[in-house]
Amino acid sequence: MAITHNPGMDAPSGREPAPPRLRLEGITKIYPAVVANDGIDLSVRPGEIHAVLGENGAGKSTLMKIIYGVAKPDAGTIYWNGTAVAITSPARARALGIGMVFQHFSLFETLTVSENIALALDPHAVTADLAERIRTVSERYGLPLDPRRHVHTMSVGERQRVEILRCLLQEPRLLIMDEPTSVLTPQAVERLFETLRRLAAEGCSILYISHKLDEIRALCQRATVLRAGRVTGECDPRQESASSLARMMIGGELPHPRHRDATTRGDGALVVRGLSLAAEDPFGVDLSDIELSVHGGEIVGIAGVSGNGQKELMAALSGETLISDAEAIMLNGEPAGRLDAAARRALGLAFVPEERLGRGAVPEMSLAENALLTAHRQELTRRGFIRFDATRAYAAATIARFNVKAPGPAAAARSLSGGNLQKYIVGREILQGPRVMIAAQPTWGVDVGASAQIRQALIDLRDEGVAVLVVSEELDELLEICDLLAVIARGRLSPVKPAREMNAESVGLLMSGSFIGAQAIGRAKASPAGIVDEN
Amino acid sequence: MSWASPLLAAAATLLVGFVLFSLLGKSPLEAFHAFFVKPVESLYGVAELLLKASPLMLCATGLAAGYRANVWNIGAEGQLTIGAMCGGGIALALQDFGGAWLLPLMILAGALGGMAWAAIPAWLRTRFNASEILVSLMLVYVASLVLSYLVHGPWRDPEGFNFPQSKMFTDVALLPNLLGETRLNVGLLLALAVIAVGWLFMRRSLVGFQMRVAGLAPAAANYAGISAKRTVWLGMLIGGATAGMAGVGEAAGPIGQLLPSMSPGYGFAAIIVAFVGRLHPLGVLLASLLMSLLYLGGEAAQINLSLPSAVTGLFQGTLLFFLLATDVFIDFRLRFQRRPSRSLSTGRPVTAGEST
Repeated sequence: MAITHNPGMDAPSGREPAPPRLRLEGITKIYPAVVANDGIDLSVRPGEIHAVLGENGAGKSTLMKIIYGVAKPDAGTIYWNGTAVAITSPARARALGIGMVFQHFSLFETLTVSENIALALDPHAVTADLAERIRTVSERYGLPLDPRRHVHTMSVGERQRVEILRCLLQEPRLLIMDEPTSVLTPQAVERLFETLRRLAAEGCSILYISHKLDEIRALCQRATVLRAGRVTGECDPRQESASSLARMMIGGELPHPRHRDATTRGDGALVVRGLSLAAEDPFGVDLSDIELSVHGGEIVGIAGVSGNGQKELMAALSGETLISDAEAIMLNGEPAGRLDAAARRALGLAFVPEERLGRGAVPEMSLAENALLTAHRQELTRRGFIRFDATRAYAAATIARFNVKAPGPAAAARSLSGGNLQKYIVGREILQGPRVMIAAQPTWGVDVGASAQIRQALIDLRDEGVAVLVVSEELDELLEICDLLAVIARGRLSPVKPAREMNAESVGLLMSGSFIGAQAIGRAKASPAGIVDEN
Repeated sequence: MSWASPLLAAAATLLVGFVLFSLLGKSPLEAFHAFFVKPVESLYGVAELLLKASPLMLCATGLAAGYRANVWNIGAEGQLTIGAMCGGGIALALQDFGGAWLLPLMILAGALGGMAWAAIPAWLRTRFNASEILVSLMLVYVASLVLSYLVHGPWRDPEGFNFPQSKMFTDVALLPNLLGETRLNVGLLLALAVIAVGWLFMRRSLVGFQMRVAGLAPAAANYAGISAKRTVWLGMLIGGATAGMAGVGEAAGPIGQLLPSMSPGYGFAAIIVAFVGRLHPLGVLLASLLMSLLYLGGEAAQINLSLPSAVTGLFQGTLLFFLLATDVFIDFRLRFQRRPSRSLSTGRPVTAGEST
């Protein structure tokens, strides 16, 4: 193993003619409750693709914010091409030549590509030939884009290209990519990697943040591994195995859920028949003719690139959006299309939404109050009044059983890390003894250890005979835990097939909408809402 | 920090008062004494303070319940007027059959009247998505015209020398006095009881909890299946009920009859009271006393300092202004930037990253 356990000692100096593009020395950032970065050393050579690897909460994001001038370090020095610099603002970072592509895009959907890019550039950089420059740069890096297109007509992959182009037009010498592949199909990931390799070959350094070990091994020349705010190793990821990287990242073995074949046959069931729904949001996705059934004792997965109707389908299934045809959704044999979320819960449905703060939990309220949010039917009230002791006990039981790291039931939901809050929400739903469980992106942004726990909890639920539906962008996750799998693309759902007959390639093909007939494509094209990664 | 902003706002309001009195050529300290101390130096003054605080407590408690759920009822003044009209109408209609049951009946009628008036914006909001802010506010003026018509027309006291006023209520239709020679009546006890019930409802009941969820995180409310329509209805009806009771309290209390105008803007002042009181029942109690003092001080300023009574409204407005301003400055920091065009690029996606 080529791990340098003292990462401050770089490769023998003198062999490198140029100073590192970026060098961090002893960067420390302390927040009131946590030391986010503790004496981080890191150096990126010109033209190097350098991975920053770590679980959620390891301090990756804080470190990137410091480099991009969003956060100010409490101690430590940043060297840019060998000179100590103070990066006081993102504008300053851009002036130095640092660009950043964020995980969540910030584009105006009603504007065109060039308008979006013009908004982000310094005013003097916006010239009449901007569209031409966009075209030139986009072709040079294999990012085909029409500058006149409106963003709302674009797929997620294309939107990411706009974000990358926006950075490239400022001719960065260091590009920071924050979890860029979480929204892409496997094929689009390969395309992105080609672009990044070309950029690196031209001398642009790339800091690539990810927790996906395979990608890092395929793309990056060096990796700095963070754990709990400290550098725990530096290595050449191409020389490492996924499990050795994982050990550095989580400091132990990667937990694997036990997954046996489905044996229990429960009576709970979710059946969707011919569900069509026009999107309320003008940039939403219309659902058409969704057919799906989930029986007790099985996990059905729905894969797909985000923005293809997952959000709309989840809202329709949970009861947050009502369906005029009551029989389009059958819950344990009852027509549920016109029932609101509370009535569907009374029929035995539990739901873990994609957004934790503000939807799955009220950020300002305590964990106990958040238990009350959906679990008040578990005898947490008496004659309309809250039983505070029972509520606290329910929250405490959830915390204990699902290993939630929280001070106690009185802790505010927003004070928990994303992974811990997710465990709490999943636990809160499971403890209600549902007969049908729907989970949307259950492990999105959750660290490896917590993800494994959440997956295990879903499998255990299945083994108890509950019907489980999981929607996820993480294909590996779905292939790991699901018995059956379908793919959603442009608001349509592919036929459900046994998961073991599918692999990344076949699912990737379905994600691009290959299962949709020619006639249907004609219809989907007519609506600008259909979002898909076609190339 | 949020509890601090009412204190900061009160201090800033006093400062403005200081400057204002100085500019008007009054000695600020004397003026303050006349405004804030003199009115409550006597037992009678304290009784007046509590008397005027009662309708404010009633209205503000109901409004706060709605505001917690993001239901913006601005029309408590109108609901108060209709409440006074309904309660007063009962008093006038049944003046010959009075008994111990008359007052409870009047209060009930007032609450129902206020609820009915608040139901109009609630229905328009849930049925047509009309802004309850605008509808409830406009209905204030409709309510005032309805009452005005009645006391100018059908309900005018025939022996009232053509003044636009109803007959005086009979004794059984008047709220009993609490304190000897003062005007303080049992309306105060009603207000305190409503505050207690309001606290119990918002803090201890599931429905109150669900209303708070709807206000804090509408998506979470929808996710949990808390009906948005029910929230709007409850928020409006609670505010209407308490404002209606306040109206009866005025008609059957210090006024004792129906007049074209039943309140010196208690329904509007209650909005300020609700916010200064941080939408919390105990805060509402304290803020009502402060606002009541501003009313008394305004009257005293008229008499002792020969200042116009508008000074009351001025202090109310200043207080709300500073309250909103301190809230903003507690949550946000002001940053000056030389080039406005920069702010567009620097203000861009800096918060987009995951937080660690």
